[in-house]
Amino acid sequence: MTIPLPPSRGPMTGADLEGPESGAFEESERGLSLWRGAWHRLRRNPTAIIGALIVLAFVIIALAAPLLTQYEPGSAQWSGQVTPTSVPGPSAEHLLGLDRFGSDLYTQLIFGARQSLIYGVVSTAIGLTVGSLLGILAGGLGGWVDTAIMRVVDIMLSIPSLLLAVSIAAVLGQNAYSVMIAIGAAQVPIFARLLRGSMLSQNKSDYVLAANSLGIRRSRIITGHVVPNSIGPTIVQATLNLATAIIEVAALSFLGLGESDPAVAEWGRMLVAAQDRFDAAPQLAILPGAAIAITALGFTLFGEALREALDPRTRR
Amino acid sequence: MLRFVLRRLALMVPVLVGLSILLFAWVRALPGDPARALLGQRATPEGIARVNEVYGFNEPVLQQYLIYVKALLTGDFGRSIKTGQPVLESFVEKFPATLELGLTALILAVIFGVPMGYYAARHQGRFLDTAIVSGSLLGVVTPVFFLAILLKLVFANWLGWLPTSLRQDPRIDATHVTNFYVLDGILTQEWDAAWDAMVHLVLPAVALATIPLAIIVRITRASVADVINEDYVRTAESKGLSSRVVSRRHVLRNALLPVVTTIGLQAGLLFSGAVLTETVFSFNGIGQFLFAAIGGRDYPVLQGFILFIALIYALINLLVDVLYGVIDPRVRVS
Amino acid sequence: MRWNVVLKLGRKLSLVTAAVASSAVVLSGCAQSERDGGGGSAGGEGGGTFVFAGAAEPELLDPAFASDGESFRVARQIFEGLVGTEPGTADPAPLLAKSWEVSEDGLTYDFTLQTGVKFHDGTDFNAEAVCFNFDRWYNLPESVQSDDFAYYYGKLFRGFAEGPKAGKGIYESCTAEGDDKATIKLKSPFAGFVAALSLPALAMQSPTALEEYQDDSAPNVNTTPYSTQHPTGTGPFQFESWERGNQVTLKRFDDYWGEKAKVDTVRVVAITDAKARATAVENAEVDGADLIGPADLKPLEDAGMQIMAREPFTVLYLGMNQKTKPLDDVRVRKAIAHAVDKEAVASASLPEGSELAINFMPQSVNGWTDDVTTYDYDPDKARQLLKQAGAEGATIEFNYPTDVSRPYMPSPADTFNVLRSQLEDVGLKIKPVADVWSPDYLDKVTGTADHGLHLLGWTGDYHDSDNFVGVFFGTETAEFGFNNKSLFDKLSQAREIPTVEEQTPLYQEINKDVAEFVPAVPIAHPAPSLAFGPDVEGYITSPVNDEVWSSVTVG
Repeated sequence: MTIPLPPSRGPMTGADLEGPESGAFEESERGLSLWRGAWHRLRRNPTAIIGALIVLAFVIIALAAPLLTQYEPGSAQWSGQVTPTSVPGPSAEHLLGLDRFGSDLYTQLIFGARQSLIYGVVSTAIGLTVGSLLGILAGGLGGWVDTAIMRVVDIMLSIPSLLLAVSIAAVLGQNAYSVMIAIGAAQVPIFARLLRGSMLSQNKSDYVLAANSLGIRRSRIITGHVVPNSIGPTIVQATLNLATAIIEVAALSFLGLGESDPAVAEWGRMLVAAQDRFDAAPQLAILPGAAIAITALGFTLFGEALREALDPRTRR
Repeated sequence: MLRFVLRRLALMVPVLVGLSILLFAWVRALPGDPARALLGQRATPEGIARVNEVYGFNEPVLQQYLIYVKALLTGDFGRSIKTGQPVLESFVEKFPATLELGLTALILAVIFGVPMGYYAARHQGRFLDTAIVSGSLLGVVTPVFFLAILLKLVFANWLGWLPTSLRQDPRIDATHVTNFYVLDGILTQEWDAAWDAMVHLVLPAVALATIPLAIIVRITRASVADVINEDYVRTAESKGLSSRVVSRRHVLRNALLPVVTTIGLQAGLLFSGAVLTETVFSFNGIGQFLFAAIGGRDYPVLQGFILFIALIYALINLLVDVLYGVIDPRVRVS
Repeated sequence: MRWNVVLKLGRKLSLVTAAVASSAVVLSGCAQSERDGGGGSAGGEGGGTFVFAGAAEPELLDPAFASDGESFRVARQIFEGLVGTEPGTADPAPLLAKSWEVSEDGLTYDFTLQTGVKFHDGTDFNAEAVCFNFDRWYNLPESVQSDDFAYYYGKLFRGFAEGPKAGKGIYESCTAEGDDKATIKLKSPFAGFVAALSLPALAMQSPTALEEYQDDSAPNVNTTPYSTQHPTGTGPFQFESWERGNQVTLKRFDDYWGEKAKVDTVRVVAITDAKARATAVENAEVDGADLIGPADLKPLEDAGMQIMAREPFTVLYLGMNQKTKPLDDVRVRKAIAHAVDKEAVASASLPEGSELAINFMPQSVNGWTDDVTTYDYDPDKARQLLKQAGAEGATIEFNYPTDVSRPYMPSPADTFNVLRSQLEDVGLKIKPVADVWSPDYLDKVTGTADHGLHLLGWTGDYHDSDNFVGVFFGTETAEFGFNNKSLFDKLSQAREIPTVEEQTPLYQEINKDVAEFVPAVPIAHPAPSLAFGPDVEGYITSPVNDEVWSSVTVG
């Protein structure tokens, strides 16, 4: 499964590359020029371009899915042509052949992108919103609020994220929403820690100290300085988490949680369904598996390049 | 050192207490009657009445929680809905399998990951470096169970080199003492049994090792790259120390710190990965048991196993911290 | 130099490993199987170990409390009933009882027993032991009378000595006369009685071992010493060990009264995934496996493995819950029957050797008739009927299970999909609802009204018509949601008729009524498939799974 990594639990992050205790960015005096510089660096980084292209292609396919194929997803319309030992391969009508349930494989893959995008974005949005709020509260208010929130985060981190997601999905029942919520919830601690760490490190920074000594109100400092300066790392983390989310959706499907329609156009489910037709039709498993890996790769490459671009210190 | 360990142990307490509250609440949040959730299909009216009494589901919530904690402290983690076996007993039975698999995977990841990362860092920008870095990236983004299925297809189904499932050939009359099958084989000098258990470990361990391997490669590479640019290494080199001495005395010692942390942190991932890998290979450990428990809605098993896993996870983190202290004495002071 | 890293780390890690390992030694100190002197002791023909893969672990080893196929699979090697089956058929045959006589009124059965039979614990099997078992079942405490434990006894004998079903039972008494004569008296006639005695749930168990190790009123009979470590019968194999989650090991019983088993050892392992079971046979990791998926049959055959199909003694049907609209309208149910192309369903999702169904019982069962309304595949007629009923384009929920393969339903998702496309073809809208088989799906479909169409089936336990139609349509159930008094009455009437011959016309009539009423669409009688390695010989399949492995040899 995917690999929630230490200390942030997202896929490989630059923070990990720097050793255990970093995570927050250098305090930044850079403002707009930070983003301009980042853009400049991104354009020259081939990894970023590859990542961006994959992400772009994925988003376009997901959004334009109905325009790219003449068939309906999950229709199982040609199930009569599928037998236990044979699945029709590519033909004029079916670019990649049929899947084991008698749907058009190409259509399923295209619409699978859409499904993955929805799952990924919704669950990451849940994790981002809840996690960031908790992190800001903890870092901003400090004291017992901080202690309480971080204890909860510690508890959530004490359970491997897949099991956390499974436990949540068990309570919420077998449907698409419960998977989104479960995966989102598993991301909450990542964002909470990130935002809190980022705020704490900035609290000690010169400009915050300066603002404090000028008597500027705490909430102004947080909204005016601290939060904007945390946006960069948060976006990076969210991009990386999209990759994780897409892989985790597939893992939950594998464990039998998620959408109940077997013919639904969802990569994880397609992969699971294809397992027992491996000999007759390996493409049924390999294509959705590759689609998951490539999409996750795109988000990971782009996320890491973005991190490098925003924080040139990590570049070598 | 002892004080350090004790302090870290003390820090685990609030987390475990919190976790027990969470799991306690979780069973009550499950759809339907909690007594029924704990007994499942086989619930008889008498059984439900008994569970209600034992767990005090009719009592006030606080009292229920106290009953629950008391049961936990006396080692009563409930019984499986399906088999009626005490949860603790089945955990003790299955855990060696998962530990054997997890350690094998971790060892594979370390013996391949550290040298690969080190090599890549020392030859940055060369072809092999690029290959190693891209390979490790692929390792991170490939879903574990997809990889497991592919490995099984190629090496077990098509090539027939390795077994597809189980932990040992059932034809071998092996004595199982510790339930670590390889170890059992060695202890009892049943070499065929030990060898067979090892052969059965190969595919699941390789599948499980991929992600930790990829991560270890990347961390080692980054960490070594960091260190070789440090002043003291440059100084050492300029003093004319042989590169071997420099590597050993300066680069490795300093570069290893983050690597050790990472290795420890892989433990949690190995549990997640084990659920998927063991399922694909019908490998009889806690992963496969958990998978069945998820499918069969065996809540007492899930509840108990999550608690155990969290406990072990916490202990491993403690171990990592201690190890960290051994390598870098500065840590202990702070 | 890089190897230094490895060595250094390796040393630290091995310390850790050793520490963890040694603590685990203490934890799991309860050692399991003891190593046997050495492999095959009996040279020449036979000997060796026969390894068989089922789809799950047995639930427990006391068959009286079991109702799952995996527990019965093991029980059939260890235990024997008074009655067995003719090898390869579902017909009852003498086993521990040499012969029996039935009184005119069908209430008294005189059994003459085999002599010189010993239980695995060395005690004698005799008439007293027979009565001990019958009395044990009848006097089971209330805690195990539910369908989850003494399911079969409860169903067949319909009552116990105490509890809510007190006095409703048909069991009267058992008397022993000498060592080899036992007389069973019933309160009301039961034509299926003799055939039912072939069920492992009614097998003879050692009174001595039961008294020592079993506790019928234990809080959980699944975990008593008898149910897990001391099952004791008269069968060709005796229990050796059960490593939970791993395997059950049985050894040949050398004092067996009949022809002794050919192999020394039998091991039953559980491999959940159908595909993995097939590969395990192909790679010679196991000698045989049950419930092979239709997709794996041809590849296995091509690889030189032996495929065997049990004679179909199953039925797969598309159930319809009449508590939901529009399924309460018989025209809609008929339309659905016409919309289903059984041939296509079979070719897409069932193994070869399966037969298409027109009754809810296979052809070999008493009362089967081809003189029933058959609903041929006719989409136009289906559309027409739907139009008449005003149900064109109606949305219907369709429940099906995931992650399970049953003898009558090897790949439910595939079956569901073919049916869905056929139903959508006649203009119905299908809303798929998938649940895990146990407990969710079974609970929902058989226990609540919250389902529409659903897939379910049945494997016959023994040769009895009531064991098919009676099970499905004998009373009002949440599964089908109808109350058809005339059908219920006919079924309970048929059940009470003392002889099989007299039952025939009545069951034929019932089958006709059912076909008119369409509570479900019978789809097929799927043939469960087994696979064996090339060297396995002597395995005899049984339509009712009564497969005893004493005749099996391995290469």
